[in-house]
Amino acid sequence: MTPSERPSPTAPADPTTTQPTTEPTTTEPKPDLAVAPAAPGASALPAGTVPAEATAAVVHGGGAWADFRRRVGRNRGAMIALGVLALLAVVAAIGPFITPADPNAQNLRGVLLDPFTAGHVLGTDQLGRDILSRLIVGTRVSLLAICLALAVAMVIGVPLGFLTGYIGGRFDAVVMRLTDAAMSFPPLLLAIALVAVLGPSLRNAMFAVGILMAPRFLRLVRGVVLGLKEETFVEASRSIGTPTGMIILRHILPNTLSPLTVAVAVTAGYAMLSEAGLSFLGLGVQPPDASWGSMIREGFLYYGRSPWLGIFPGVLIALTVFTFVTLGDGLRDALGREERTES
Amino acid sequence: MLKFFAMRVLTTVPVLVLVTFVAFGLVLLIPGDPAVTIAGPDATVQQVAAVRERLGLDRPVVVQYWDWVTGALSGDLGTSLFTSRAVSTSIADGLPVTIALAGTALVISLLIAVPTAILSALRRGTWLDRFATVGSSLGIALPSFWLGLVFVLIFSLGLGWLPATGYVAIEEDPAAWLAHILLPALTLGIAGAAESTRQLRGSIIGVLQQDYIRTARSKGLRSRMVIGKHVMKNASVPLVTVLGLQITGLLGGAVLVEQIFGVPGLGQIAINAVTTRDIPVIQGIVLVAVLVAVVCNLLVDLAYGYLNPKVRPR
Repeated sequence: MTPSERPSPTAPADPTTTQPTTEPTTTEPKPDLAVAPAAPGASALPAGTVPAEATAAVVHGGGAWADFRRRVGRNRGAMIALGVLALLAVVAAIGPFITPADPNAQNLRGVLLDPFTAGHVLGTDQLGRDILSRLIVGTRVSLLAICLALAVAMVIGVPLGFLTGYIGGRFDAVVMRLTDAAMSFPPLLLAIALVAVLGPSLRNAMFAVGILMAPRFLRLVRGVVLGLKEETFVEASRSIGTPTGMIILRHILPNTLSPLTVAVAVTAGYAMLSEAGLSFLGLGVQPPDASWGSMIREGFLYYGRSPWLGIFPGVLIALTVFTFVTLGDGLRDALGREERTES
Repeated sequence: MLKFFAMRVLTTVPVLVLVTFVAFGLVLLIPGDPAVTIAGPDATVQQVAAVRERLGLDRPVVVQYWDWVTGALSGDLGTSLFTSRAVSTSIADGLPVTIALAGTALVISLLIAVPTAILSALRRGTWLDRFATVGSSLGIALPSFWLGLVFVLIFSLGLGWLPATGYVAIEEDPAAWLAHILLPALTLGIAGAAESTRQLRGSIIGVLQQDYIRTARSKGLRSRMVIGKHVMKNASVPLVTVLGLQITGLLGGAVLVEQIFGVPGLGQIAINAVTTRDIPVIQGIVLVAVLVAVVCNLLVDLAYGYLNPKVRPR
């Protein structure tokens, strides 16, 4: 977890030898990255780093975002986590085509079969549906739910964070009180209440989760903007008459990207747990669709007879959230080092 | 000091007002005509009219809000649409149970987190630290309701040590209370323990890198002295912050855990109200839960100001 406990290869010891071949740690995650279009920044790094470009970044020509990407590329935990997420994304994308059986086909003659029965590797549920197939199809639902919640949270939180940080004054005070109030709600309880009035559906549930997470993004962006506003380079840019929109676009936005990436990774984990919790309560995904959370709910109803039903989806949720947490830690390490060298 | 206390108490007032807006505003969020939605698809015109009158939906919104808030201030949160019980009575039944559950979970999470964080921060980089770090990431990642399920399978159905469901009030039978609350509290406490371990470990490591620790070491103070007197004292301030963060999380998490173990707390009442769209009950529970969270956080902040003079204004 901590950067210092790892031996030399990851340390930015020698900026002049940034050829990928000198870094044994990055060779292993590379195949994963080939299938990870979601991580353009990271993949651009070890493979195609032009020496001149790399040196420039070290001398501090590439900007904070480029530095951050370079360090993430050297973080083994983060790269493995990205690989796992890429795999999940692939499963989510092609899931319906690779299921061994129809995930919604019922077979009342073979209900609650144990794992490793013929034709059903992970057994069947209370309606005789193939659990492995339902898990595969549920991947897409669970990941889409996370994306929806993150999108709602960022659409609300990021612009407001920019505005309140940049404008400041009374507007900032009002917005901050609002986020104080929003953050004093026990998160799950407010989501439940919102879903109760809007009606249970995955969309409503994730909308509620997104609203609850918006203050995190708002506060984060506001903090970064507040810090940057006083920086010399921003002041210099303002003094030569650069319009405010241009300053935000050119100077402030790029500097918020790396902390935002960390926040996205961490929040994604929480979003997944919230989705699972709401679906477990029957307030998220509605039957016959399945997310991993709603599958635990079904497992809960039959846990005396067939405990496996609930255990498999829980393991998948735990693994995915663990991946997000690890990714967040790795990204934060990259961030921390950057801040340390800059101060 | 007094000024800090007064300031901090005053800043909660707008927060509380906003919270009442949100809790009340839940009715306004119902798509379409709330009375029709609440009464259900098979309701007659008379039934819809009755719902509208009971909720006072025919009056202006401002009047409705004012009535609701003044009622809440005097302890009247309205009556349930389905059981016709006073909402405040249901909450009075459920709240002590939830508080007992969340409190026990908090104790358990601290009992796990504090020693783990101290050991792992002091033995940084060893196998013990790595184990604790991975363990705490896993603790965050495990869904609490799933963990509860596994605990029931192992300790109740497998080993038969503890009851799987139900609740006994502490004043009736303390031993039975403990037996019933142990698994739910452990389930709820593990996620909190994981979170606290990570935060505390980080803050202890931060303190260890401070100059005054180096000074204390270089002047020849014994290691135990340095740790006990300088490190722990300074690292305990963030612990207070962690406590504040945990309280809202525990209150929310209790909803899920109560559902699994059949604990009759606020969460159970909330879920029942949600399935029947019993809006007054939901509003009341949201308001009370947030009130508890806000008051706890206020106390935490006051304690923080007391421990750490730096955050007090001059």
